[in-house]
Amino acid sequence: MPLDQEIEFTLNGGPRRVAVNPEMSALTMLRETLGLTGTKYGCGEGECGACTVLLDGRPVNACLLFAVDCDGRELVTIEGLASDPVAGRVQQAFVEYGAVQCGFCTPGFVMQAKTLVERHLGADRNAIARGIEGNLCRCTGYRKIIDAIASVASAK
Amino acid sequence: MPQSKAGRVAFEPLLLGLRRIPELHGVARDGDSLRIGALVTMTELMESALVRAHCPILVEAADQFASDQVRNVATIGGNVCNASPAGDTLVPLLALDAEVELVAKPNGLLTGRRVPIGEFFKGPGKTLRARHEIVAALRVPIGVPGRFMRFFKLGSRPALDISAISIGVCARRDAGVLSEVRVAFGAVAPVPLRGRATEAALEGRQLTEAVIETAAAAARDEVHPIDDFRASAWYRREMVHNMLKKVLADAT
Repeated sequence: MPLDQEIEFTLNGGPRRVAVNPEMSALTMLRETLGLTGTKYGCGEGECGACTVLLDGRPVNACLLFAVDCDGRELVTIEGLASDPVAGRVQQAFVEYGAVQCGFCTPGFVMQAKTLVERHLGADRNAIARGIEGNLCRCTGYRKIIDAIASVASAK
Repeated sequence: MPQSKAGRVAFEPLLLGLRRIPELHGVARDGDSLRIGALVTMTELMESALVRAHCPILVEAADQFASDQVRNVATIGGNVCNASPAGDTLVPLLALDAEVELVAKPNGLLTGRRVPIGEFFKGPGKTLRARHEIVAALRVPIGVPGRFMRFFKLGSRPALDISAISIGVCARRDAGVLSEVRVAFGAVAPVPLRGRATEAALEGRQLTEAVIETAAAAARDEVHPIDDFRASAWYRREMVHNMLKKVLADAT
């Protein structure tokens, strides 16, 4: 087993130092080493988006990211959005539009939806649908999710 | 990481991070070509003013690549080294006559070589890259402005799908006559394929219906796809024929 590497990065606004195995994914580090279980393990191969986190401000799949590759960078997870105003509006809209059923995909969708709202797509449903291509939901059929995101995106 | 997750490859005992090497990042003009760093992501390709101006076909391919989350980390160098016959950026790079810039430091001395991309792929997952080399960049010649460029990808769903077939076309267009025609196909052979018979059927010709049909038939004859769960070989041939006609109709 290779030796652990010490890495330092910004996690949800604060500095973090952690020792990780070089083969470990950022998702495993978040969930198992750091105990942040809001980021979900869905497919483990970048198809489902349940593990979406923000890396230097851009949404990425934490399951495909090496933990060591977080060194020196800025990571934001769903826990870090607790007091984020845009994410708060997205969450409220998901509740109001019934865009949540089992809820497993929801943290990933909220992460992705927040970045879409901040890209100022407006209520263009096609653009929103393209923006959530990397997030799978097996319950809702997407329509209510798109409704919820569109309501926030157009309420500027 | 994805290959390892799927159990197709095991991690080497030593893993080397390349992210902090500045020469592997960024898009810059270097004389008559664009140098696209191997670590340039799909998102960065789409956002690069130079790529948008000179290689819009790469922007088209990057836009149809996987999903937003994947585009933010997937690199052009990674796509090239993965050497999938269906790799989305490989078909445009073939159609653009790109070169692969390889570097190595065998005895403490940095050495480099450039390989035309058409010679780089040796089979699914196999390339000319030696074990001690890394791909540093892709070099794309800057052609005359206003060329026709189009990437077409056929899959069963719009996102996160590996293409059943893909087509790339680059050509000069003067008064309706095509020249310096490059046609490339993805997922129809063990490596991304230059369509030389198709190119010959188009070179120096006015794009009439008959010329388009001849070229599409040549394309159907020169691809050699396999049957797999994504599509049958027959379907792929028919789609190469039909979709090339569609692409060429846009060039008229």
